[in-house]
Amino acid sequence: MQSPPPAASSTPPPAKGLQLYWLPPPEPWHVAIRGAADADDAVAWKTLVQVANTRLDFIETIRLDRAVRRRFPGPPPGLASSRTARLALLGSSTLDHLLPGLRVGALRRGIWLDTYSGGYGQYLQELLGADSALHRFKPATVLFCFDEEHLFGTDMLLDARDAADLVDAAARKIENLWRLVREHFDCPVIQQTILPHGVPVFGNNEHQVPGSPRRLAQALNQRLREMAPHNGADILSIDDRLLMDGIGAWHDPALWHRAKQEISPAASHFYGDLVGRLLAARLGHSAKCLVLDLDNTLWGGVIGDDGLEGIKLGQGNALGEAYVAFQRYARNLSKRGIILAVCSKNDEANALSPFRRHPEMVLREADIACLVANWDDKATNLREISRRLSIGLEHMVFADDNPFERNLVRSALPMVAVPELPEDPAFYAQCIADAGYFEGIYLTADDMDRGQQYQQNQKRESLKASLNASAGNLDDYLASLQMELLWAPFDEMGLQRVTQLINKTNQFNLTTRRFTENEVRAAMEDAATITLQLRLLDRFGDNGIIGVIIARPVADRAAAIDTWLMSCRVLGRGVESATLNLLVEQARERGFQRLLGEYLPSEKNKMVEQHYPKLGFAGLDDSECGTTWKLELANFRTLDTFITTKKSHLITGSL
Amino acid sequence: MTDAQILEAMTDIFRQIFDDDSIVLTPSTVANDIPDWDSMNHVSIVVAAEARFGVKFLTAEIEQLKNVGDFVALIRKKLGPAA
Repeated sequence: MQSPPPAASSTPPPAKGLQLYWLPPPEPWHVAIRGAADADDAVAWKTLVQVANTRLDFIETIRLDRAVRRRFPGPPPGLASSRTARLALLGSSTLDHLLPGLRVGALRRGIWLDTYSGGYGQYLQELLGADSALHRFKPATVLFCFDEEHLFGTDMLLDARDAADLVDAAARKIENLWRLVREHFDCPVIQQTILPHGVPVFGNNEHQVPGSPRRLAQALNQRLREMAPHNGADILSIDDRLLMDGIGAWHDPALWHRAKQEISPAASHFYGDLVGRLLAARLGHSAKCLVLDLDNTLWGGVIGDDGLEGIKLGQGNALGEAYVAFQRYARNLSKRGIILAVCSKNDEANALSPFRRHPEMVLREADIACLVANWDDKATNLREISRRLSIGLEHMVFADDNPFERNLVRSALPMVAVPELPEDPAFYAQCIADAGYFEGIYLTADDMDRGQQYQQNQKRESLKASLNASAGNLDDYLASLQMELLWAPFDEMGLQRVTQLINKTNQFNLTTRRFTENEVRAAMEDAATITLQLRLLDRFGDNGIIGVIIARPVADRAAAIDTWLMSCRVLGRGVESATLNLLVEQARERGFQRLLGEYLPSEKNKMVEQHYPKLGFAGLDDSECGTTWKLELANFRTLDTFITTKKSHLITGSL
Repeated sequence: MTDAQILEAMTDIFRQIFDDDSIVLTPSTVANDIPDWDSMNHVSIVVAAEARFGVKFLTAEIEQLKNVGDFVALIRKKLGPAA
């Protein structure tokens, strides 16, 4: 029914609109939205989140946003605080059309987002004026987006030094804005890179023209990336997206002139998704684990039918090479800290044979933290993987070529992210990257050997199992681990990792208080506050930084444990007891007479509900939001553990 | 595509953007008839129509539109004569 456009037209083709192609196509979803209007809050919110997790285009995104704002003008009652956010959008061009996409990008990750958009080019006044609308809004994140005309003017400079000065001045100006945000709101900044929409004047050798708009934008973007890590700023790499999608998908010069919209409305839903990833990453919701199917996902064919010689993997075969490339991508993800697991309908021996014996396998057994191959349904097996690795299902991505398995997992476990893998394996890696599941904020040394740590954990588990089998007991096992707990007060070196743990630990976290790097630094610098970072070693290797404590002085010579969190990787080994021994020792040294503990329940931290009573704390009156506990230091007797505790300066470096 | 089909597709775009299934467009509908039809939504409507019909409007063409009827006529012109 659609006739082709007239062939003679010399107008550029219309933007087809960027697609969130990794999401499943939408159901007749306005029906679901209508249902949400009448359903109770929890059901309505769940429905709207599910609709957001389908392949909406920008118009459908606008519609969903209207429905959400009508149903939830404020955050849904009972939604965890880590699922709400307040974002201020400040910049130099028209921004209001980006708001629906931003809110839906957050909704897709289960986050209720309140937004504020500053007046066109008014950002400096709004930041400086203490009674401005921005100050009344109290942002928890500020997103800056500046266009190149605003920063560099419209008159092209030819002198190299003038051009360099221009970039320098823009960089300083932006760094100053970041500083103002820190001072006024103490919240993270997201800085969109400059969208280079200037038209080239010189061609392939554009770089020879010092003041060329394109060159200035590239130079400034480079500077922003260098400045960001020291300034608590995250970069929104819109320039990188242009490499994927082309400028035409993101920017329409006609709309720039008509409405000063630098980002086209046709890209607004994608823009919102990119920002949603960053917000979710800061709130600790990025995925941590990639669960892979085997047959036709890691290799071509079916290992149980085709055998080792029959599967397609490498060997110069186009399909086989595509699977090798996907395995390389998975291995690279693992190197940067993503845990790999396997969930396959296979006999275990068949599933393992390529890992052990196929010469072209890139992934080896050692790269897979947990392999489950049997004939149970995949939802059951994903639960089992989640249990074994102590990684929540909402932190898992499941990659499977089979649409049946994908849909089964989506309906049984809606919290697991399941990309619509393209049919051709050559595009698997790009699909997973485009979906942005594993959005990172900062890369720490711990990230880089996390895969190894989980692998070691599996070895510990099998030792434990063998001890159990040989009628050994848990004490024998723990003693055989030869555990060493290294500790240090917070220090500059460990600050990023400590901040990262504070902001992403959900399960073993007594209070789930989130702090910015500056707040953590303030605790570090306060002599009266006890701060501890903990690292656990054992005979299988290094578990990295696994625990964080902040205890602050309060009345009556007591230290109140503001934050106590621990990585679930080291559960069940007596680390809690060793930590308390250490904390008591530290508190005594500073003349405290008692410790106060507090448990604030969240969606995820049920496992530590009995943490303080188990350690011998006595119950106090329950507060409105949780339970409180007290330990008299005079009565405390050191708890038995199988852990040697040692102060170390090498807590964050490599040993 | 007939004018009626174009009008129907435009109605669908309006219903989506304003999340209001009661909207009924006629050739004489103007911006004042729909409360939320501001300049921002106008741009979204134009971009949505470009994506839906696979056409690209010229800046000058957009500026001359006075009502929905003009819009439908412009789209028909872009698509070529109805089959």
